[in-house]
Amino acid sequence: MGFLSQVINGLGLGSIYALVALGYSMVYGIVQLINFAHGDIIMVGAYATYVLLVMVGAPLWAAVVGSILFCTLAGIFIERVAYHRLINMNAPRISLLITAIGVSIFLQNLSQLIFKSDGRSVPNMFNFGTVQAGSLQITSAAVINIVTSVVMMAGLQILVGKTKMGKAMRATSEDAEAAKLMGINTNSAIAFTFGVGSALAAVGAVLYCNTYPMITPYMGGLLGLKAFVAAVLGGIGNIPGAMLGGYVMGVAESLTKGYISSSFTDAVVFGILIVVLLVKPDGLLGKNVSEKV
Amino acid sequence: MKKKRTVFYLLILALVLLLYLVFAQLIDAKVINRYYSGIITMVCINIILAVSLNLATGFLGQLVLGHAGFMSVGAYAAALFTIHSGLPKMVSFPLALVLGGLVAAVFGVLIGVPALRLKGDYLAIITLGFGEIIRVVITNMDFTGGARGLRGIKHLTDFTWVYFVAVLTVAAVFAFIRSRHGRAVISIREDEIAAEASGINTTYYKLLAFIISAFFAGVAGALYAHHIGVLIPSKFDFNYSTEILVMVVLGGMGSITGSIIAAVVLTILPEFLRNFSDYRMVVYSVILICVMLFKPSGLLGQHEFSLVGIWDAVRGKGKRNRADGPAVGGQKGA
Repeated sequence: MGFLSQVINGLGLGSIYALVALGYSMVYGIVQLINFAHGDIIMVGAYATYVLLVMVGAPLWAAVVGSILFCTLAGIFIERVAYHRLINMNAPRISLLITAIGVSIFLQNLSQLIFKSDGRSVPNMFNFGTVQAGSLQITSAAVINIVTSVVMMAGLQILVGKTKMGKAMRATSEDAEAAKLMGINTNSAIAFTFGVGSALAAVGAVLYCNTYPMITPYMGGLLGLKAFVAAVLGGIGNIPGAMLGGYVMGVAESLTKGYISSSFTDAVVFGILIVVLLVKPDGLLGKNVSEKV
Repeated sequence: MKKKRTVFYLLILALVLLLYLVFAQLIDAKVINRYYSGIITMVCINIILAVSLNLATGFLGQLVLGHAGFMSVGAYAAALFTIHSGLPKMVSFPLALVLGGLVAAVFGVLIGVPALRLKGDYLAIITLGFGEIIRVVITNMDFTGGARGLRGIKHLTDFTWVYFVAVLTVAAVFAFIRSRHGRAVISIREDEIAAEASGINTTYYKLLAFIISAFFAGVAGALYAHHIGVLIPSKFDFNYSTEILVMVVLGGMGSITGSIIAAVVLTILPEFLRNFSDYRMVVYSVILICVMLFKPSGLLGQHEFSLVGIWDAVRGKGKRNRADGPAVGGQKGA
């Protein structure tokens, strides 16, 4: 495989990271929580797609829409039940983080209880083999991933930048107290953020199933971790940054697999993170916020 | 007050020895079988891990998500030492424990110097990253046995060793926290900028607490290696780091006794739930979420469970004596 095809396939993988990273980034931006359960939302989305497609026998579009809806509701439900109380009482952030880890363990084991720990294979969704363009060999999944992620990010930019709800979200993340005083319903802005983040994770899940048709209850762990690293890499709380971080991660992983060794991908990925954090702690596109005393 | 403190310290020492004798007798008389004594050993190892992580997370206030990484470094260093050194076991084992701790401490310096420039969540992520890198590197090395694991480690960890090392760890961390240095560390947690303005060398104390924490994690790793006999790199993953963190947080960040109680409960609880093994982790996670929702500061918060405190409470002097009582005194300002 040529260098360019490696890069393009890496971008395809990076698109999945990017979509998941957007959710991490938005949630972190608004409540300063590393939502460890977000990775497991991908798993929930993947299983929802599987159940609808294989067990119920729904048509493809219905399975995709259904899984996105299910994840959105799950995300809002988790926020209401597990985080809401802690966010409102201004609990220490570490308690919130531990709760997120608890939710993550819960989701993984619940799905293991329901679906058993052996993986399930998802049938072919929209995979048209490889595309041959000149000397380039690109999987169609990679192309679909890249296009979907770019469209999603553009949509998200409009949602956050131009709509009323987006304005409320930005205000809440800037200063929740002041936003409340201005008559913004911060609770609904926070719930909306979790919902949108989970919907994006569901899109990521569908793309993941399309690219790697094997799903397990623990698939969200490492995937979520890498997506989070992508969010930090690009500058957390920053939407284009999360996308950029995702692409960088994907390409780095694909190139490591191609030229070094597939067993070192995780080390390279985390190595890049550490170097970026040490050189530019706010991430590639992050803004430097100095602390006021 | 001084005199009372000495009396209570002697009392605690006596209780510690008594507890040891009871368990040692029971194990000798085979009342406690190998399965249960294995659990007791794991309880002690987890106490060391939880108390040492509490130093970095509870007292220094830096979220560390790579504690299992330090543990693995210590475990491998100690195991390789006892396998290859050829010294008699009464000499090599204590040396291996110290070596495991020192190697982990060296990694603590290597990771701490760059990482402690960052704050809060970023520090958490970077320690997480280092933990994962250590694991991947160990998996891909030849002399560590790779993914198949390091085998042939002698089972040198017995109850006496693990118990007294745990006691020593608790005593050392306790003494550190109650010292001038400990107060400096706590002041960084409370307000780093104010601490720096008051003339505390924050970088030095952050690094010091971080290194001590890594050292004891390494010692715990060494004990673990010689208890299990086989080291498999995937054991020391992110999940194990969170397991230790959960102990610290459940017990109460900034409470050593809280960490001890949480380590005991959280090591034994999964064993009891083994009969419902399918539901075990689901129940575990629900308990975790509920504790966080209704008592976010953990079971003990920043308070210590202390004999002096109980004594004063029984005599109805609790409120007045609290401020200068040795075991609860340090918590008031926190």
